[in-house]
Amino acid sequence: MTENLIKPRDLDWHPQPVAKDYRSTHLRAPAHARLHYAPTATEMTGPAFGHAMLGEYDDDLIVNYAAAGQSAIGPRIIVHGTLRDEDGRPVPGKLIEVWQANAGGRYRHKKDDYTAPLDENFAGCGRCITGTDGAYSFRTILPGAYPWPNGGNDWRPAHIHFSVFGDGFAQRLITQMYFEGDPHIALCPIVQSIPDAAAIDRLVARLDMTKTVPMDIRAYRFDIVLRGRSATPFENAMEGT
Amino acid sequence: MGDLKESASQTAGPYVHIGCVPSFAGLSGMYGGRDLGASMITDDVIGHRIAVTGCVYDGDGAPLTDAMIEIWQAAPDGTFAMDGFSSWGRQPSASDTGVFTFNTLKPAAIGNQAPHIMVWIVARGINLGLTTRIYFPDEDNRSDRVFTLAGGRADTMVATATADGYHIDIHLQGPNETVFVDV
Repeated sequence: MTENLIKPRDLDWHPQPVAKDYRSTHLRAPAHARLHYAPTATEMTGPAFGHAMLGEYDDDLIVNYAAAGQSAIGPRIIVHGTLRDEDGRPVPGKLIEVWQANAGGRYRHKKDDYTAPLDENFAGCGRCITGTDGAYSFRTILPGAYPWPNGGNDWRPAHIHFSVFGDGFAQRLITQMYFEGDPHIALCPIVQSIPDAAAIDRLVARLDMTKTVPMDIRAYRFDIVLRGRSATPFENAMEGT
Repeated sequence: MGDLKESASQTAGPYVHIGCVPSFAGLSGMYGGRDLGASMITDDVIGHRIAVTGCVYDGDGAPLTDAMIEIWQAAPDGTFAMDGFSSWGRQPSASDTGVFTFNTLKPAAIGNQAPHIMVWIVARGINLGLTTRIYFPDEDNRSDRVFTLAGGRADTMVATATADGYHIDIHLQGPNETVFVDV
């Protein structure tokens, strides 16, 4: 527990709570600044998940909802990378959950009534646990772009949602991965609620020919970084431990 | 290395259920048909069983019916690793009323901290997950430094007693805006 001191978050690097062009933020962004305090045991600890909970195909969205002998429709891709903290240390043994639209841009969700059809062999969710070197990998299909109700002609870039756990619950993070070269990235109010172009660029996965399997499946690389652990313990940081 | 910055957050969006509570989302059979975090009490444990209910309200006073809520708390023994209890739970807000329910155990005080539950909220329109705490109306919270740091707004973190536990209303905006925290 003593190793899990949490570095303060750079809130200017994250998307701003109220994004003028992302309508849903208007009624959901708190007005007050977040109350900041030195971490306690509650923030420095967090749940642990073991490989035993994983099913054989949890990390393969191409087949994990498909009928026997079938597979999801769409360009086949591997998404892989490394989970690190801000100090560059790999973060092993952590749960990563992903979800996404199908190749036509349709989610398997009762609230999604987009015209594009469902794929009966595709659920759109998967999960894996990082290895001892922080590496993770899953197989899926390239999600489609889709329109969304935001008051105008808004289309989401193709993206995959990521939910990530760290050692401490204060490291908990949800983000989205985009694809290199997608012109919708620059047009999307959700992406552009991130003020720093460098922060956006870090959410863009790159085509990775080194992991691309010839005549089979292309690979994209997406590295994820969690909040780091402070080198100098905060005064009183150990209170409650 | 050593100079990396945290990956920027993005909203969980309206379809977070697909990835995090797929059975609730109707994806039958996914992950063995059991949503992670649905059951916090996994054995015949000693402790005060409570139902913690809550609801998150937007600036118009409308309940969020598309949110996902996770909690993290100490066990009755004051640790975060008691046998038969996960300390962690995950629930969707109900798609009609917005109410969420955690069947859990009342946490112990830890060190100088009053008993509390850490709450993490993600949803469409929330760009960076919101963290708050639940404190209890029947405990002395004034000795807790996080509680006292919140000053006159601290009471927004105090649940009310119910027949079988506690209830917390979480307001994202307005005169009763809840205190959100970030260490």
